[in-house]
Amino acid sequence: MNKDLDCGAFLDSLSEYVDGVIDSALCAEIEDHIADCDDCRVVVDTLKKTIYLYHKTSEKTVIPVDVRERLFHRLDLDDFVQEKSLLS
Amino acid sequence: MSKENQEEFSLELLRSGDRAEIARLVDAHSANIYRVALKMLANTQDAEDVLQNTFFKAIQALPTFEGRSSLSTWLYRIAVNESLMLIRQRKPEFDLVMKPDDDEENEHLLTEFTDWCCLPESELMSSEAQGYLDEAIQELSEKLRVVFILRDIEKLSIRETSETLEISEAAVKVRLLRARLVLREMLSKYYGEQLDAEKRG
Repeated sequence: MNKDLDCGAFLDSLSEYVDGVIDSALCAEIEDHIADCDDCRVVVDTLKKTIYLYHKTSEKTVIPVDVRERLFHRLDLDDFVQEKSLLS
Repeated sequence: MSKENQEEFSLELLRSGDRAEIARLVDAHSANIYRVALKMLANTQDAEDVLQNTFFKAIQALPTFEGRSSLSTWLYRIAVNESLMLIRQRKPEFDLVMKPDDDEENEHLLTEFTDWCCLPESELMSSEAQGYLDEAIQELSEKLRVVFILRDIEKLSIRETSETLEISEAAVKVRLLRARLVLREMLSKYYGEQLDAEKRG
């Protein structure tokens, strides 16, 4: 990363930029900057991908049937444990 | 989890201990709570303990739940506290140890500039890679890890994350950026090596 002011200012706004919650003037400045600064472009792309991968690979997490059964037992809700499977 | 889910539940029934309504609440939120606990603790047995304790305590507290925060924020908060308590019980020696990334300047966390985005998704999400993602998140200090989990895995907003953890939105933003930068560095090293290996053939 070039140690000039643009890269530093870019770092301060990085989260807002990748989350798309940045005002349009600043967004345009950043886009100008990353068009010329390859390191910053790579940082943006790989950061977005990092966040994407964590979200995407976690989305699939479901509760195993036996874990749900033990949960309902602990909560004294055994009589409701079948409901979900009947609905689905 | 959005506010819409909350509107599906009758606080009145929940407060009065209606078991069918409570069972619906558990089913609506248990996957999220289990996922947070798994990511916090990296251990299925510990995650199951947190899952059970979270709903056990929530059900006990429901009669006095005032609804100042949403049900999901409230459940996340209990789950985070249960997770942190378990971590402290399991490894009390780490309590006072700061992780090296906590006081590092953000700029020093940018050293990897390999563009690994071109790797195919099958490789980025192979089971080995997923194992590495889980290891990497455990390298974060608890206070950075929990912010990353709530914001970037559970997709809570900055405000919801701040309400869940009872810290300022400014603190959430600082910790989130730090966590993201640390993980990006670690993933860049990992996937960078895979790219090199491919180039070597």
